[in-house]
Amino acid sequence: MIVRRQLLSALPAGLMLSGCDALTKNDTLKAIVQSGEQATYRWQRLVGRDGLAREFSAADLSPVFKVNGTRRPTNPEWQALEAVGFADWRLKVTGLVTRELSLSLAELQRLPQRTQITRHDCVEGWSAIGQWTGPQLAHVLKAAGLRDGARYIVFLCADDYGGEASKGGLQSTSRYYESIDLADAFHPQTILAHSLNGTALDAGHGAPLRLRVERQLGYKQAKYLMQIVVADSLTPFGSGKGGYWPDRGYEWYAGI
Amino acid sequence: MASLAPPVPAPAAPQPPLAPQSRRVLRHRAIVRVTHWLNALAIILLIMTGLNIFGAHPRLYWGNAGSVDEVERQWLRIGVSGTVAAPQGWLEVSDRRFDTSGLLGASTGPKGAPNIVAFPHWATLPSMRDLATARTWHFFFAWVLILNGLVWLGHGVVTGRLFREILPSRAHLRPAYLWHDIVEHAKLNFPKGEAALSYEVLQRLAYAGVTLLLIPILILTGMAMSPGLNAAFPWLDALWGGRQSARSLHFLAMSGIAGFLALHLALVLLSGPIRQIGAMITGRMTIGGGT
Repeated sequence: MIVRRQLLSALPAGLMLSGCDALTKNDTLKAIVQSGEQATYRWQRLVGRDGLAREFSAADLSPVFKVNGTRRPTNPEWQALEAVGFADWRLKVTGLVTRELSLSLAELQRLPQRTQITRHDCVEGWSAIGQWTGPQLAHVLKAAGLRDGARYIVFLCADDYGGEASKGGLQSTSRYYESIDLADAFHPQTILAHSLNGTALDAGHGAPLRLRVERQLGYKQAKYLMQIVVADSLTPFGSGKGGYWPDRGYEWYAGI
Repeated sequence: MASLAPPVPAPAAPQPPLAPQSRRVLRHRAIVRVTHWLNALAIILLIMTGLNIFGAHPRLYWGNAGSVDEVERQWLRIGVSGTVAAPQGWLEVSDRRFDTSGLLGASTGPKGAPNIVAFPHWATLPSMRDLATARTWHFFFAWVLILNGLVWLGHGVVTGRLFREILPSRAHLRPAYLWHDIVEHAKLNFPKGEAALSYEVLQRLAYAGVTLLLIPILILTGMAMSPGLNAAFPWLDALWGGRQSARSLHFLAMSGIAGFLALHLALVLLSGPIRQIGAMITGRMTIGGGT
């Protein structure tokens, strides 16, 4: 009797909950709900293609700029580069370009530099304000020359990230990467930052170079950059969704 | 003058019946019904997915920025202490800590295991921590809320329903009138006759407050958390005193909506759920009939 009564009282709630969760796993519903991302992306491109992210003053700098994601890559290649102060590190620029590039940190620092104090908005909900310095991505892309068909700029990183612990165990470790469209790639505030708050990036913040794409969330700000690939499609990279987190269900367009 | 006219012999008018005849009338137009239910669906799913999203960072701040490293900027925190076997959930508002075990910070999962998360599984969608899915659903239903709200608002303005039936008139806002409606609500005296065909002042204030104040605040504070929209409209986060303030106000406005929802459902249940819900589904309501 007690068992039956417990069953009876648990049943409606249980059914409803598992029903709701089941809905989030239904492929048709998933497709409908995911259409919201396209609506958001198109709308934001329509109303604010050239908008500039707010820039702050030195007084607004966060006392501590939180380190998130990888704190120090375990990849031996990166660790060997770090051991000699990234003297041998090169940023490769490949793909749909007229001229492939291989740039040292010194060469990147000789390009015109941009310094900006911006707010980093994490997908989790927190924000931190930091001052970033580096060349505009547009300079590097113009030096390489984009070929016809170029649609995406893909950033390949040095860190193998282990995912979030919250989705039922750690997800499989894999190489971090990210990608953006050409509107963000040629945006004046999109820079390849080598410095945070006036000092060279440390291991936690993405040494020696990270992307700053100021109109999108934190997970787009790829750290430990190794290579930039100009591509016509995101299919060949990772699971094809355009980034480490997009491959794990997060929006590729993280302007929201 | 009329009073001086010779009395007209009263025609054999039918006596008014003691109990007025009950009749079926159109109470809610189709567009009101459809927008009401879409709004209900969107708001419930937005709250549930929003509580899941909140679980990814259960702290609230004032100002532009704030993270775990900036404790002094936090004004609300939900967390857990104690052991894994016996976790103690707590809510902190400013410097005051409340034990919320079983509800906030630590609760029991669907299979009886301790669940270390800000809001319990039955309040969130998905029921387990899943920021990616919660965000996708949240933003889809944010579009539903916005587009549906614009249809409702457009209809209300064009037809004048908004001014006739939702916004309280000056007469409604007279203290005596307000007090009368408060007393009637307190006595659970709900109109059944002709008076049931229009909203009383407390209902008008509640519906106008939700549709014209809380929902627009939720939409604008939600937009003020988007780095893309903040770049497009620089006033957006400045309006609220920064992105983290916008996030705090988003949470507070959500609490207001959740409170409204609880009150709204309670009053529907108390005032005749079949009649009220039936009217919002079929559009028709029986009035009069001596009850």
